[in-house]
This record gives sequence, structure tokens and C-alpha cells, in this order.
Amino acid sequence: MSEIRNVSVKDVEEAIYKLALDAAYHIPEDVLEAEKKAYEKEKSEVAKKVLETIFQNIEVSSKEEFPLCQDTGLGVIFMEVGQDVHFVDGYVVDAINNGVERAYKDGYLRKSSCNPLTRENYGNNLPAIVHTFVVPGDKVRLIFDAKGGGSESMSKVQMMKPADGREGIVQTVVDWMIQAGPNPCPPTIVGVGIGADFERCAVMAKHATLRKVGEPSPDPVLADMEQEILTKINNSGIGPAGLGGLTTALAVHIEMEPCHIATLPLAINTACHVNRHKEIEL
Amino acid sequence: MAEYRLTTPLSDEDIIKLKAGDTVYLSGVLYTARDAAHMRMVKALEEGKELPFDVKGQVIYYVGPSPARPGKPIGSAGPTTSYRMNPFAPKLIALGQKGMIGKGKMSDEVKEACAKYKACYFASIGGAAAVVGSSVKKAEIIAYPELGPEAVRRLEVENMPLFVCFDSYGNDLYEIAKKEWANKL
Repeated sequence: MSEIRNVSVKDVEEAIYKLALDAAYHIPEDVLEAEKKAYEKEKSEVAKKVLETIFQNIEVSSKEEFPLCQDTGLGVIFMEVGQDVHFVDGYVVDAINNGVERAYKDGYLRKSSCNPLTRENYGNNLPAIVHTFVVPGDKVRLIFDAKGGGSESMSKVQMMKPADGREGIVQTVVDWMIQAGPNPCPPTIVGVGIGADFERCAVMAKHATLRKVGEPSPDPVLADMEQEILTKINNSGIGPAGLGGLTTALAVHIEMEPCHIATLPLAINTACHVNRHKEIEL
Repeated sequence: MAEYRLTTPLSDEDIIKLKAGDTVYLSGVLYTARDAAHMRMVKALEEGKELPFDVKGQVIYYVGPSPARPGKPIGSAGPTTSYRMNPFAPKLIALGQKGMIGKGKMSDEVKEACAKYKACYFASIGGAAAVVGSSVKKAEIIAYPELGPEAVRRLEVENMPLFVCFDSYGNDLYEIAKKEWANKL
């Protein structure tokens, strides 16, 4: 029998606090790397200027600890908990919320959570959105995703027909991203979830945006679809900030799981050009 | 494509020389408002009440800044997505508002109002918030403080870099740019 490992939720709170601040000020290296590559390939002068402004923004944010974007997002946490972990010193979700609240206060980050109907701002950016997965082992892996409203609004779940197939999926994603145009702050990372069921394909789509940018799916069928969709989106001409160019998306990432014989769930979630996310293992 | 340095308030003469794709470095006073503030302002108009500021000649910046660090006028302050203000913008343009600053597409109704009343929609670079925020020299909340980041602020800006997106001739920079760069891979 494997041994139970105690993990203090105080360590979880501290980890979330640091991840949230880090995500707000410092862009993930793989995202910056992908943008630099895009800059080299870009032919539009305006697009190059926009990318230069984005690089300047990344530098100022990092040096002066100014948030990369004023929309510092809701805190979305993907938490993988080893089944041999036992949380002690409190309730883990409270600890996550405490970490988020403290980071958004201490870091001069914008509080964006509100009542959906009255639009009253709660002033503390709570609650965080926590997706928990139980996995083998005795570790806790935390991914903090600072999800802004502009790119999140350009998301959708569509229950496709099985007959729509691969072609229908490719066309739906391409059409959706072209219609979204400048709204989700291109160049974007496009996350796609295929299969499972209604809600799980949406979680897969968001999770897919957090993959290392440009790393193809290990499934060659999906890797091929990713490339085809990316080329079609970048042939739209929308470009960085929507001001024209060859770089509308940096990458398309697909995750897929089996679905019901009667269904073909499809979800699209986009990440903007700062794609703020950081992770740690405890 | 031309480059202009303009100071608010803007006049019809300022607006008619601008064409979609031109660069504008804007200085002077701007007012901030997003969804919640616009809902309140349009409701005030419907009830025959006064707006928190006179929109005549003014430019509204669609932004909800992050909090200012001590000693700084404002935090990061890049544009928010503009289409959410589609229902409100034409009403304010009809009252003499001369410009909006935001990012992303706006509706044909807004485009038509820009042409009819001589106004412009200026596009800023979404996500370049630390850089854009640094062009803000002064900021004060003048209405709806309870809305937090969505409160109406009076900003003083210097040389804020903008692109003319909708001009007063019915042109749309996003559409022009997209057509120019389509199928070039």
C-alpha cells in the first residue's frame, strides 16, 4: 500500500500567490519565443510595428512589474492531485482563493469578478475557478491561468453532427476565428477540444491553450489538423491586433477524447498574445 | 498613410482630415467608460438627467485600468473589446462625441454614426497595456466610483499612439487590412 503524503494547504496558498503575480508580469518564454519567430516571418510593416510594441510591452511589464494587460483575468486553476495526497491545515479551495485574493491586492492587479446580473464588482477577484483532477502519485501540480475576458468571450461549444467529421470541425474552427477577427487580441493560441461530452470538451479546449506553444499533438492525425487550421487562420490576413499581416494565430492545439456514437462535441477557447499561465509541482 | 498629432477636444475639421489607416498621436483629456458606465450614462439620458461629463468634442476610451501603484497616475491601461459598446456609441455620437478608443470590431450602426455626425473610432493595440498606460499623465475618478475599474475617469494623456479604424467616410481599417493580407502565406 502506498503511503499517504500530507500537503499543507498553506503551501498551496503561497504557491498560488506567487504564480498569480508571476503570470501577471512575466510572459511565458515559449509564447515570447513563438512571437519572435513570427516577427522574423512577418511581411507586413504594420504587423512588425505591432509586434515590436508587444515586445516593448513585455519588457516594461517585466522590469517595472506593471501588469502585461490591465485585464489581469479571473484566476483559472488546473489542479492535479495525486491520490496519495492528504491536504492538511484547512480546505484547499479556500487556500487557493486566499492566494488569489492576496496576489490581486498586493500586486495592484485588476479585480474583475462581478455579479452576472447586477454587474456589481466584488472587488476581490473571487472566486477562482478550480478544475481538479485526481491522478496517480503523491504530488500536487498547479497551473495558474490568468484568463482575460476579451479572448474568453471569443469561445464556443458546438454540438456538431457526427457526419460533419474532420472537415466540418476544421471549417467551424477556421470560420469562428476569422469571425472573431481582432477581438481576442491576435496573435492568439487557439485551443480546441474534440469529443468527450458537452462540458468536458470545453475544459479540454482551455487546457489545450496551456500546452507549450507550437508543440504538435502526439497524435499525427491531430497534428495534421492543427497545421491545416493554423495555415487557414493565418491566410485570413487579420494579423497582429487585427491590423493586417501573416500572424493571426501562433498555434492551434487540439485535445481529443472518445465521445458517444450520437455526438460530436467541439469546443474552441482562445488565448490572447500574452497567454499568461505559470505552473508548479508541490 | 498620414500621421497626425491631435489634442482633444476634437472638431469636425480634425475628424474630416483623418482616413482609416492613419496614425494619430493623441494628447489632452480623455474620459474612460466601459459597459457598466455606458449603461448608466444611457439610462441617465433616457431619464432626462445630466451625463457625468459633456460628451461634445470628447473622446471616450474603453478601458478598465489596473490599480495604480503609489506615485503612479494609473496602472496598466490598454483598450477593452469595443463591440460591447455598440448599443451605446451611436447615441453619444449623436450628442457630439467625436471619438472612441478601443480594440476589435464595432457595428455598422457605429460606422454610420461616424459618417453622419463626423466622428472616428480609433483602434489601439489590445494587450499593449503597460506601454499604453505610460502615456497617461494624470487620472481622476469623476463618476460611479463604486464601479471600481469601470468607474468614469478623466485622463490626461500625451501622445497616445492610435490607428484610425472607422473614419468619417465609412471606411473600416480592419476590413481593409484583412483584404490586403489575405492568402499571402
